[in-house]
Amino acid sequence: MSTRLEGHTFRRFDGELYHLHTEILQMAGLVYEQVQMALESFQQQKLDSIRVINEREAQVDALEKSIDSVITEVLAKRGPVARDLRTIMAFSKAVTDLERLGDEAAKIAYIAATMYNNDGNNPSNYLLRDVGIMGKLACVLLKEAIEILDMLDLERAEKLLNSHDDIEEEFQAGLRRLATYVLEDARNVGHIINVVLAMKSLVRIGEHARNLVEYVVYMVSGEDIRHTESVQA
Amino acid sequence: MANTVNMSQYNEQAERRKQERRKQGKMRLSTATVTRDNRETIGNVTVPDYRIRCTDINVFYGDKHAIRNITLDIGRHEIIAMIGPSGCGKSTFLRCLNRMNDTIENCRVTGKIMMDNQDINDKSIDVVPLRAKVGMVFQKPNPFPKSVYENIAFGPRIHGLAKDKVELDEIVVTSLKRAGLWEEVKDRLDQPGTSLSGGQQQRLCIARTIAVNPEVILMDEPCSALDPIATTKIEELMDQLCADYSIVIVTHSMQQAARVSHRTAYFHLGDLIEVGATEQIFTKPVHQLTEDYITGRFG
Repeated sequence: MSTRLEGHTFRRFDGELYHLHTEILQMAGLVYEQVQMALESFQQQKLDSIRVINEREAQVDALEKSIDSVITEVLAKRGPVARDLRTIMAFSKAVTDLERLGDEAAKIAYIAATMYNNDGNNPSNYLLRDVGIMGKLACVLLKEAIEILDMLDLERAEKLLNSHDDIEEEFQAGLRRLATYVLEDARNVGHIINVVLAMKSLVRIGEHARNLVEYVVYMVSGEDIRHTESVQA
Repeated sequence: MANTVNMSQYNEQAERRKQERRKQGKMRLSTATVTRDNRETIGNVTVPDYRIRCTDINVFYGDKHAIRNITLDIGRHEIIAMIGPSGCGKSTFLRCLNRMNDTIENCRVTGKIMMDNQDINDKSIDVVPLRAKVGMVFQKPNPFPKSVYENIAFGPRIHGLAKDKVELDEIVVTSLKRAGLWEEVKDRLDQPGTSLSGGQQQRLCIARTIAVNPEVILMDEPCSALDPIATTKIEELMDQLCADYSIVIVTHSMQQAARVSHRTAYFHLGDLIEVGATEQIFTKPVHQLTEDYITGRFG
């Protein structure tokens, strides 16, 4: 955890911001696990995970609501300004992205459930290859984003935002490859549609992870770098 | 298939645009925050349309150097708020603007304070008309122990602003109206000013200041003795008045500074640390001390 949020003369304010930061990280941790489990269920046909994911989706939603209500309270009671105001704004936006991340994980799990409900006609490993690659990239990116959100580390944030968007590249490559499978055997089309939907969710996961990092940059430096392409120290 | 191909074409174009923008130059990300030990003023101290221009103001109380090298413009039609911890020199600076420091023994003010091509700080200047031009409202309402009417009429009379009783009456009514007090006191003009409530007394003092046609109004914590409703009325009044006057307000309430002022100046131990648009100071202050103070992380 970063110490950037501390130091108020009125210490309860420190406590409130600390509590908020902890809850956000807790939510982020939960969402990260959801994404991992969703990928496992998709790749390895772990249908039990799907049930767990659906149950925990409610926890994510509950956290979103409770964090939002704490944010409203802090705004009402403390009238935060400057760094504190940016922190609250960033947290408020981060919560929305985290909730959407949870939704994408649930979506992948749902696609897995649909895909494996097929009278033994499971997709071949060739079709699942791209989701595997993209999933790994998305998990690495999301983990790094959550760590940056934890440490509020501007240097790592900058490095992440300037890095090449591998997930998008894999998505494009995957689409081209999958198209050839459709041409080879039209019976693959049902599975391929599912695979593409899951891939699209992974692209979204990458985008939400980047958003989280952009909020950290805004919070720490005050620069709003959304919709710009690169950053430097 | 057709859709997929179009999609990837779109993405390729987007990627190209991205790379072009990347080549054009990277945007700055570093934290601009200036460290605590820097004592140079951060931000733009001058404004194009200034009413008062202060250059290198230093104030000494005996041996004590109360404020150091302060350069700051007071713009026309602007409300500028001075904030900072107690003893930082904000009130001392305010009092320089109408020579109220003259009344303090051992107090020495150096530097230039230009208003209408005259140096206010020049000892040859007559302070009486100056103080009419630069009016002041104090922390505690201090009406004269006279009637409401006389409180307003006193200034215009000694400055010879009214030819006769009719004109004087008109000044009294207009001033009370502009101070938003007319409706409340029109039936009790002959009652003592001190019989009004605290908030009304403070608006009476503002009306008294307005009555002599000032150009600048100095306010030294005008709301600190008032309840929230009276405070809101004074703030609304300030908002109205800045159409005609420049207002300089010293306040301990940062939220008040944020609510009413256009520019905010942060003072710290006799130095002017940072000046900027109020929105900027309260969302992204540049100096670490400013941030520590407004976010309540001081000392």
